[in-house]
Amino acid sequence: MKTEYNFIANIIEKNSTVLDVGCDDGTLMEFLRKNKNVNIRGIEISKEKVQICIAKGLTVIEGNAELDLKQFPKNSFDYVVLGQTLQAFINPEIVIKELLRVGKKAIVTIPNFGNWKVRLDLLFKGTMPITSSLPHEWYNTPNIHMCTIKDFVRFSETINFKIVKSLALINKNISNISKSNIFLKNLFGELGIFLIENK
Amino acid sequence: MNIRENIKKLLIEKPLKLDCGKTISKFPLAYETYGKLNENKDNAILVFHALTGDQFVTGVNPITKKDGWWSYAVGPKKSIDTDKYFVICANVIGGCMGSFGPSHENPETKKIYGTDFPVITINDMVNAQVNLLDFFNIKKLFSVVGGSMGGMQVLQFVSNFPDKAKTAVPIACTSSHSAQNIAFNELGRQAITADHNWMDGKYNSKSTLPDKGLAVARMAAHITYLSKKGLQEKFGRNLQERDDLKFGFDADFQIESYLRYQGSVFVDRFDANSYLYITRAMDYFDLVKQFNGNLSNAFKKTKTKFFIMSFTSDWLYPTQENKDIVIALNAIGANVGFVEIESDKGHDSFLLEVPDFLNALKNFLDKSYIEGNNEN
Repeated sequence: MKTEYNFIANIIEKNSTVLDVGCDDGTLMEFLRKNKNVNIRGIEISKEKVQICIAKGLTVIEGNAELDLKQFPKNSFDYVVLGQTLQAFINPEIVIKELLRVGKKAIVTIPNFGNWKVRLDLLFKGTMPITSSLPHEWYNTPNIHMCTIKDFVRFSETINFKIVKSLALINKNISNISKSNIFLKNLFGELGIFLIENK
Repeated sequence: MNIRENIKKLLIEKPLKLDCGKTISKFPLAYETYGKLNENKDNAILVFHALTGDQFVTGVNPITKKDGWWSYAVGPKKSIDTDKYFVICANVIGGCMGSFGPSHENPETKKIYGTDFPVITINDMVNAQVNLLDFFNIKKLFSVVGGSMGGMQVLQFVSNFPDKAKTAVPIACTSSHSAQNIAFNELGRQAITADHNWMDGKYNSKSTLPDKGLAVARMAAHITYLSKKGLQEKFGRNLQERDDLKFGFDADFQIESYLRYQGSVFVDRFDANSYLYITRAMDYFDLVKQFNGNLSNAFKKTKTKFFIMSFTSDWLYPTQENKDIVIALNAIGANVGFVEIESDKGHDSFLLEVPDFLNALKNFLDKSYIEGNNEN
C-alpha cells in the first residue's frame, strides 16, 4: 500500500462520503472503507482495474474524470480524492474545478517534479528525469502536465481555490508545508498532499 | 403437449390494470425456479428474460430439449450461483411458454385471442411478475437481473417497487427504446403480418402457421444481435458445403445457411403473435417519458444498489444508452457501478461465454450478498 494512504485517511473524517477519482485497483477505497467507515465510490478509466474493484465489492464506474465528473451534482460528496493523476489530464484546471464542484473538499496528491533527484537528473544527465515514481520515458509518459509543490501552490492563486492543508512526503515521513519552508519542501518532497476547497 | 401442461403456473386472481386501459384477472403466469429459498428468504433473485427467452433459464429446457437461454450465467457455482441463490424466472405475459398470451383461447369466442389480446407493456409484465413475491412470501429480493428486454424490466421493477430489491443488474439495455430499435422490430412485425398464413392473427391449425414470416423476422433480428466483426470472423465469405458459387439462390454462403437455420428452429418454439406483442412492448418502453423527461425521477425513492454492464460491440443497445442510466442514477446519488465489457459478440454477448462479463456479474452479486449479510 502506498505510504500516503495513511495520511489521506487522517485528513478524511469518519462516516463521510468520498469519491476516489482514478481509483486504480481500489486499494485506497478499501483502506478508507475499513478504517474510516466512509461511503465511498470510485471512477476508473481502465476496464481491468474496474473489474478488480468489482471483485473487491467496491462501487466503481468505468469512466474518465475529464468527461464523467459532470454527471455528479454539486456537493455530491464530502471529499473527492485525486491521487497522483492531475498531471495526466489534458486540462488540469477543469479537473480541479470539477473536483471542487462535485466535492465539498478535495484531496489532491502530486508527484513533486521539484524534487532534488529530478532536478539533478536533468542537470547532470541532461535527459528527462526517470525515477521510481515517474518511470516513463518522455515519449511514452502519461504525465503530460508535471508540476512541483511550488507550482501547485501558485496554481491555487491563479485559479482561485483555497489550500486548507498542505503536506510533503519525504522518506515516508510527513510534514506541513508553510510559506517559510516551501523552498526546502519543494526540494526534498517526493509527494505533495493538498486538502483544498473553494474560496 | 403433455409437457407443456406440466409447466409451473401461478394463477393470478388479483385484477391487473394494463397500460392500455383493459383489466385482466385470473390469468396464468408460468414460471420456473432454481436453487433453494433460504430460511430468511433473503437469497431470491428474480431473473427477467429477453424478447425470445422464457422461464427455463438454465439446465435443459423441457420443451425445446436445448440448454436454457442463460446456461452460461446461471447454475451451480456459476455467476448466478444456484447453490447460493434461489432463482425465479417467469414467462412474460404476452409470451408463449405458458403465461397469458395471444395463443390462449378467448373464452368468449372459443378461438385464440390473436390480435384481440390486449397490447401489453414492460410495466404490465413487471406488475404481473411481482405477484411471485407474494406467492413465495418474499418481502425483498436479493436481486433483479436481466439483459436486453430483461434489463428494461429490471429498471421498471425498481422504479415501480423501490423497496423490493436489494440490488439490480440491468445489462445491455436502455431506458427508452431507440428509433433504430423500433425500426428493426417493425421490420420483424411486417415480415410476420405479410405472411399470408398469418390471417390477421387468427391462424389456428398446425398446418397454416405464419412460419415463413416469423423466420424472416428472426433472421433479421439475429443480425442485430451480432457484430460486423463477429460475423466476419465466424463466417467471412465461407461457402456452405460447396467448393464454388452455384449461381442461384440457395444458401451458398455459411452465413446464409446459419441464418436460415436460426429462423427454422425459432418457429418451432415461438408464436408469431407473441412476437408481435412482445416487440411492441419493447417499442413502447420509455421510462424517460414516463417520468416527464427526467429518468432520475424513476429511481428517486430507491436504495437499491445498481450494477450496469454494456458491451463494446453492442450496437443495438450501445454503451451510451446504458451510461445514460448510470448518469441518471448518479444525479440522485444512487449507488451505481458500471463497466463496459470488451467483446466482439455484439448484443448477444450477455447470453454467451464472455468471461469478463460472467466474472463481473458473479463478483458483484457474491460481494453484495456478503455485504448485505454483514449489515444484518
